[in-house]
Amino acid sequence: MTAAVSNVQPVLQGRGLVKAFGRVVALNGADIELYPGEVLAVVGDNGAGKSSLIKCFSGAHAPDTGEMTVNGESVVFRSTHEARTAGIETVFQTLAVAPALDISENLYLGREVRSPGIMGKVFRKLDKKLMREESARHLKELGIGTVQNITQAVETLSGGQRQAVAVARAATFGSKVIILDEPTAALGVNESARVLQLIKDLRDRGMPVVLISHNMPQVFEVADRIHVQRLGRRAAVVTPQSHTMNDVVAIMTGAMSVDESEQALGPVRRTA
Amino acid sequence: MSETTTADLDLAEEFMEQRTPLQRVQGVLHRYPYVSPLTVLVIAMIIFTLINPRFLLPGNLSFLTQQTVVVGTLAIAQTLIILTAGIDLSIGAIMVFGQMVMANLAVSVTASNVLPIAGQNPVIAILLGILAAVLAGAINGFLITRFNLPPFIVTLGTLSVFTAITLILFKARTIQGPEIPDLLKFLGNTIKIGDFQLMYGVILMVILFAIFAYILRYTAWGRHIYAVGDDPVAADLSGINVNRVIFSVYVVAGLIMGIASWVYIGRVGSASPNADPLINLDTITAVVIGGVSLFGGRGTLVGTLIGAFIIIVVENGLALAGLDQAFRVLAVGILVILAVAVDQWIRKVKA
Repeated sequence: MTAAVSNVQPVLQGRGLVKAFGRVVALNGADIELYPGEVLAVVGDNGAGKSSLIKCFSGAHAPDTGEMTVNGESVVFRSTHEARTAGIETVFQTLAVAPALDISENLYLGREVRSPGIMGKVFRKLDKKLMREESARHLKELGIGTVQNITQAVETLSGGQRQAVAVARAATFGSKVIILDEPTAALGVNESARVLQLIKDLRDRGMPVVLISHNMPQVFEVADRIHVQRLGRRAAVVTPQSHTMNDVVAIMTGAMSVDESEQALGPVRRTA
Repeated sequence: MSETTTADLDLAEEFMEQRTPLQRVQGVLHRYPYVSPLTVLVIAMIIFTLINPRFLLPGNLSFLTQQTVVVGTLAIAQTLIILTAGIDLSIGAIMVFGQMVMANLAVSVTASNVLPIAGQNPVIAILLGILAAVLAGAINGFLITRFNLPPFIVTLGTLSVFTAITLILFKARTIQGPEIPDLLKFLGNTIKIGDFQLMYGVILMVILFAIFAYILRYTAWGRHIYAVGDDPVAADLSGINVNRVIFSVYVVAGLIMGIASWVYIGRVGSASPNADPLINLDTITAVVIGGVSLFGGRGTLVGTLIGAFIIIVVENGLALAGLDQAFRVLAVGILVILAVAVDQWIRKVKA
């Protein structure tokens, strides 16, 4: 680490992460840092290891070797549940919603709230009313008011609405970091704008966000720093101010390399 | 449904909410999957009553409930398993296994020379019989979750294995009613309400349905069963331990099968290693006719209970109408195919 990488402690940090699937090497000594209050975009060509990189932090994969820290403390996640408990919420590309369950059940899937008193303790009864009210409140807070009925099965929702439910779940429970994997890939223009606004809102609330995306205009619109992944490693970290979209594509494909002194390895966003 | 005011309506939106009557039906069935079996049951009962008024006599109705009791109890276990997108072909074999363990432990002279531990307290015998069924269920669950084997293949194998173990341990000897202590036959007793005879086993079955309907609907474990059956990958990414849920379902199903063993001895009055070889298929039929999806994640126990009654009502009604056994089998077969076709159609529902 160079001196430029200030003394602000990263929220997430990965050092020398390696992950191989049989003979396919997804991560080949990748590094990553996420600083407080920033939106870090992770871009890269297909197979560059973007998803593998974040899946280490969301608990879906365990890296073969390498060190991961959360707020400076070394962590090992053996399941998504453990990552969640550590405050890291992920919206996966596949969304990970249960289609037959309703919106509030999906929001609380895996961390249901039981009723108070004997009904909850002895009969393990869930507090559906509370979960519905809270879900409606969270969706409204996030500006997702288009859903009419909180008891609607998720499979009856449109792609954008499902995405909204998945993002709402992450935003509701993520206490340290929210990771979004291609959140706008399946969405139309208006729905994408909505998700981008959601990301900005999260950042304004001080929540650090990792955004994986193929969509350069969107990345340049919301990202504070852009982590360019190439061949399983970090090729460079730049900012929308220091480099253009063409530069980023050039770094992605290996046509351009950036000297470490010109990279944005430290935090660029001033946090309150 | 729509809460949009007329002010936000543009030209297209007028058509967005427009649905044909058929789509409305589809929507209702999607929300309440037991409506279609309930309709079938009511129509069938009306037709059979018109053909032969004896159908509705209290005596026949109590016979119907007693005929349903074993299939119905086992169908609870089958429903839990099918909701996880699994299937259990060994359900009858486990029920027979549990029943033979109970009976052979309780009688004074057992047929078994491998397990010469007869003459136990009937309470102990019943508990050990249920425990045997729980263990059998746990073996299914272990093989499915630990080695990632398809439930169809595992239970096809254990169907033979448990049947063989029962025959090896207890020979092919049927234990007759008089040899069996009363407590084992307790659930066969009836309460007379006029001409209607309500069997204890039927009461127990209804209580079990109520308990498990509550569990499926109001507990986290119940909701996780749906999530796991619906989309195991999504459930896993949501932080649910998918294998633990599936394993626990097979264990709990084993418990229900063990209780069904006790119900069976009460219903039939004896314990036979060759009891009801087709009951596996009957439970699957009941579950499917009841609107539970074989692909997992969809359906209710209310539907299963109705489905179990439909099978018995159709068989009994057609018999009272003077039709041959072959027609009854034909009718149930057609119902199963119709039920799956309706399920596929309901799954295509749009918002």
